[in-house]
Amino acid sequence: MSTFVQVLLNGTGRGAIYALLALGFVVIYKSTEVINFAHGSLALFGGYIVFALKPTLGWLGAAVCGVLAAAALAVLIERVLLARAKLASQDSLAILTIGVDILILTEITRRLGTASAPFLGDPYQDVRLRFLGATIEGPELFALLTAIVLIGGFFVAFRFSTWGLTMRAQSENKEAAALMGIRSWRVTASAWALGGALAAIAILFIATLPVAGGAGLTAAHTIAFAAFPAAILGGLTSPGGAVVGGLVVGLAESSASQYIDNDFAKVAVYLVMLVVLVARPSGLFGKVEQVRV
Amino acid sequence: MLKIENVSVRYGRAVQALHDVSFDVADGEVVAVLGSNGAGKSTLLRAISATLALHRGTVTSGSVTLDGTRLDTLDPAAIVRRRLMQVPEGRQVFGRMTVEENLRVGGLAAEPKRRAAAKARVHELFPVLADRSAQPAGLLSGGEQQMLAIGRALMCDPVVLLLDEPSLGLAPQLIQRIGRIVTEINAGGTAVVLVEQNASMALQVSHRAVVLEVGRLALAGSSAELAASEDVQRLYLGGHADDAHETDAPARPRRILSAWKG
Repeated sequence: MSTFVQVLLNGTGRGAIYALLALGFVVIYKSTEVINFAHGSLALFGGYIVFALKPTLGWLGAAVCGVLAAAALAVLIERVLLARAKLASQDSLAILTIGVDILILTEITRRLGTASAPFLGDPYQDVRLRFLGATIEGPELFALLTAIVLIGGFFVAFRFSTWGLTMRAQSENKEAAALMGIRSWRVTASAWALGGALAAIAILFIATLPVAGGAGLTAAHTIAFAAFPAAILGGLTSPGGAVVGGLVVGLAESSASQYIDNDFAKVAVYLVMLVVLVARPSGLFGKVEQVRV
Repeated sequence: MLKIENVSVRYGRAVQALHDVSFDVADGEVVAVLGSNGAGKSTLLRAISATLALHRGTVTSGSVTLDGTRLDTLDPAAIVRRRLMQVPEGRQVFGRMTVEENLRVGGLAAEPKRRAAAKARVHELFPVLADRSAQPAGLLSGGEQQMLAIGRALMCDPVVLLLDEPSLGLAPQLIQRIGRIVTEINAGGTAVVLVEQNASMALQVSHRAVVLEVGRLALAGSSAELAASEDVQRLYLGGHADDAHETDAPARPRRILSAWKG
């Protein structure tokens, strides 16, 4: 029983991190219809800033700077590269983000050098909570609490605020939104900023977890790729789906790791994604494209 | 007030959609824009509302001004803030949002103190929108969606309203109702540019009309003048353009109305 609870706790904690990443990914996709393959690099960049500033600013100050820096980088990528390629298709822009990802990853790996796997040394590293005979570790516990607050706040803002209204209007019909006076670039830039910030917050927890592929910043970049199956599982266009997808990925990974094999856990999430997509090609909560014939 | 001068529009590099189109719309006037499919009617509205870029189109020459301010150099949001609103073809309501949220989006660019009055006016014109305020817009009927699309644009209390084929796909009774609504909106002081294929309704509710043919201004004049014109009757009011080709009679020279100088 306690093993099962442990698997659930681990899976939910990891799932919360994936949900943060996947939510940012989906928000960016909803606003621009671009699959952002540089999402892992945004997380990595935020983590690198935390790592670099922590000795002078302390963990909290560095964490705030890291999140803001990742948000700023995301806006920069969108404004300087994507927004200028007005005639490019969404597919071309997605490929462009792969190039951005390679550039950022290479540069940060070069800068980190031998310190390529630094822990971010979080203040919750030694916190543990016992629950029904199982233990939830600090990073997972704080990731879960942070995710609940941030994701809850996001959904309230998305549903009730003017920002949420403009975001939903633009994602549904760009031309009609423009005709209502919504400034497209503001909505898009805010979506990228939010995506970058959520990715950087996620890395604060990922970088401290001893997960498959090692630990630390560059490993976190690889782990951030699990946000893709999480977002795709949810349906790419559904923020709620991204959260559910994140939890499914987290639980699949922790179950496979506990009951089958650690290595199998790495591919388990992709197998779950394949099974879901075969049954529901548009994901669990995705918009089904209907064409009138 | 709204002045379109020698406007030419191109899509991509090859498709010239409008050639040197000029006309103007005075304060409180209803001007109908008639023409068959592909004549450039919707392109003309996009050139006015600066949404051509969303369709990969550009104004290659000419200008659009509203009360002396160039609109063709502004973005759509800046034009909306000058209270020029467009209701696009095919309604394009936000189907996953409620009726109430659609109206809120329409009022985003309006001054906050004007919003309550604008909403009251919309509910007065379209009581059904008040009854269905919590319903997703996608579940409304075609006619109700058209009312919502018009109501959403009215939330900004526009000085000029561009209507793109509001009768498209609607039953004849609803078309008459849309005509009456245009008259009511105009009675409140809003100038209207009405793009329509239903020339009968458009000429009934408008003061003046222009006819576009393959991107060029072919006819212009008062609505009464155009309604009496043989060309308009033959092409847009129940006659058939192909009739002339079906007879062996030599083609008559086309009667051209006096060019409209605005």
